[in-house]
Amino acid sequence: MNQNTAHSHSEDGASHTSPVILVKELTKTYIMGETEVHALRSVSFSVNAGEYIAIIGASGSGKSTLMNMLGLLDRPTSGSYRIGGVEAAELSKDRMADLRNTQIGFVFQRFNLLARTTALKQVGLPLFYAGVSGRESAKRAAAALARVGLGDRLDHRPEELSGGQQQRVAVARALVNNPGIVLADEPTGALDSHTGSELLALFDELHAQGITLVVVTHDMGVAARAQRIITLRDGEVLEDRANFAGQNEALPAGPLSASIANGAQNGAAAHGSNHAQLAVGAAMPATAATGGNHEDL
Amino acid sequence: MKIFKYLGVAVESIRAHKMRAILTMLGIIIGIAAVLITVGIGSGTAASITDRIESSGTNLLTVSSGNRGSSSSAALTMADAGVILDATRFPTVQLAAPQYTSNATLTNGASAGSYQVMGTTPAYATMHGLDLNAGAFLTAAQVEDNENVVVLGATVATDLFGGQEPLGQSIRVGDALFTVTGVLASTGSSGFGSSDSMVYVPLDVALGRLFNVTRVRGSYTISGIGIQVKTQEDLDPTALQVEQVLRLRHGLGADDENDFSISNQADLLEMASDVSGSLSALLGGIGAVSLVVGGIGIMNIMLVSVTERTREIGLRKALGAHDRDILLQFLVEALVLCTLGGLIGIALSYSVAWGLGLIPGLSSTVVIEPWAVMLALAVSTGSGFVFGLYPALRATQLDPIEALRYE
Repeated sequence: MNQNTAHSHSEDGASHTSPVILVKELTKTYIMGETEVHALRSVSFSVNAGEYIAIIGASGSGKSTLMNMLGLLDRPTSGSYRIGGVEAAELSKDRMADLRNTQIGFVFQRFNLLARTTALKQVGLPLFYAGVSGRESAKRAAAALARVGLGDRLDHRPEELSGGQQQRVAVARALVNNPGIVLADEPTGALDSHTGSELLALFDELHAQGITLVVVTHDMGVAARAQRIITLRDGEVLEDRANFAGQNEALPAGPLSASIANGAQNGAAAHGSNHAQLAVGAAMPATAATGGNHEDL
Repeated sequence: MKIFKYLGVAVESIRAHKMRAILTMLGIIIGIAAVLITVGIGSGTAASITDRIESSGTNLLTVSSGNRGSSSSAALTMADAGVILDATRFPTVQLAAPQYTSNATLTNGASAGSYQVMGTTPAYATMHGLDLNAGAFLTAAQVEDNENVVVLGATVATDLFGGQEPLGQSIRVGDALFTVTGVLASTGSSGFGSSDSMVYVPLDVALGRLFNVTRVRGSYTISGIGIQVKTQEDLDPTALQVEQVLRLRHGLGADDENDFSISNQADLLEMASDVSGSLSALLGGIGAVSLVVGGIGIMNIMLVSVTERTREIGLRKALGAHDRDILLQFLVEALVLCTLGGLIGIALSYSVAWGLGLIPGLSSTVVIEPWAVMLALAVSTGSGFVFGLYPALRATQLDPIEALRYE
């Protein structure tokens, strides 16, 4: 029930980890009265364990719809979405809720904390729905809060915390059940630039700890921190490129960086080589050279 | 039990939104208190009526002159009473007291008032268990000698004498001077027929000197005869026997209605409990309507609360809550609120009952019966379920995406 799941599902045998998220020809069409609105038209990409990716696009580009799909809050019209090796399209409502509980940690723009509830209780909420006992829950919630630097704010209520601290509580809540991925929707949208960059520093830390992060944003400054950026336009992937700056800044040394770099390539490769090369450019000759290498798509 | 898992969530949520919780509970609090107090007033009234009837003695028959539907004028006489007093003809009769009641003005110096004056015999006090505060009730000798003596009810004594000692004083009854020889102890009851507001004089003094009652066939007419039978089983046979003898004596034919009526305490008790029963049902019905209104109020506020908490519901779903979790959360919250409201309502009704008990002069008290409390609790919890279910279902139907986006 954590990022290890992705590894255990690795059937390819090869040195590559299987993707935590595998999206293939995903479409979503809304019927509004007489007209059909194509929010997503055949979107495909994959995210490997430990990757830090940003999904960007203007409003109306379909990034919110994609976010809802990835978060198992909505079902696609067609296509396949596998999360931790499980095909989401076939899941019952309750099973979707279970996966949201165990596989996905949500960080929302507006924090979405319960009013007048202590940080410890907020963070324990996913554990409550996971059926974790009260004492164990409190222990794990306290640990998650310590992880985001709020170990001394366990009994504080949202109204007693700053915006940045509130968002940290939300991050702790997203982490508490050891999800496969952390899905953040405009996480800095309600923060000033200073606390926003503090939060992004926290994301960098989490990324360094091997947590898979998917950040949906329209803010290039936020996206720049990721090691890979997927750009959506009109419901399609316009561009899927590795972000050199993000990699340099956040990647820890060692074997993990190699696998993450591979993940970036996979995503880029899935959508044809032309724009991937365009995006990465001459600065990343290694990536461009292995651009054709895609094993599990 | 899964319910208990949500108890903590419900209590948490109620504590986090105290004002909303109080508003939600208000309808149930008022409804439950209203039902318990109204039913309690009904029960209290019934208890006090029963008390009064029982305290005036059981095993009693009352023969009254006249009868509804009878055309003939009152014809009960002293001669009739004499027959009933004949132990050889009525062996089941233990005591019998002829009575004549009319109004007269009583005057003590400047104090005066119109009171019911009853002429009777010593047996009357025994039958009705009258207690004396001072002096003695009418004695056999006083009745025999037609003495101008009067026994005052507690209220009358206070009215005429205030704080003074009435015993041995002379007062006017009508135009005649009477000596006060006894004052009754207060029974605490009031209203028509209470001994507190009556005065008692020897029977023949009332019939002759005081009211100069008409005679039928040479015998004074009287208002009624009180009869005490030896055992409860004697009541019905004695009543039948008295009826037959009086019909014969009054020369009534087979088709004629009785020109007198016979009632016993059991009949009165039954009538009183009938009356108080329907009173309780009526008041309880009004209370039940207010409970339903309270319940609808709960549904209203719960629905508003579901709308207000749309984001919370969306968040909970995003974090992994099943529809069932949301349903139970809201249902348990409604149950907790209503049960809590019911308990507060019960406490409120007890304090109102206690407060009413402190007011002097209220003859009947509010009696809150255990069955009514249990019922009230069951009804408030039940209404929590009934009126909490729909809002809870509405909450589960919220789309998490819409709910998260909701402003």
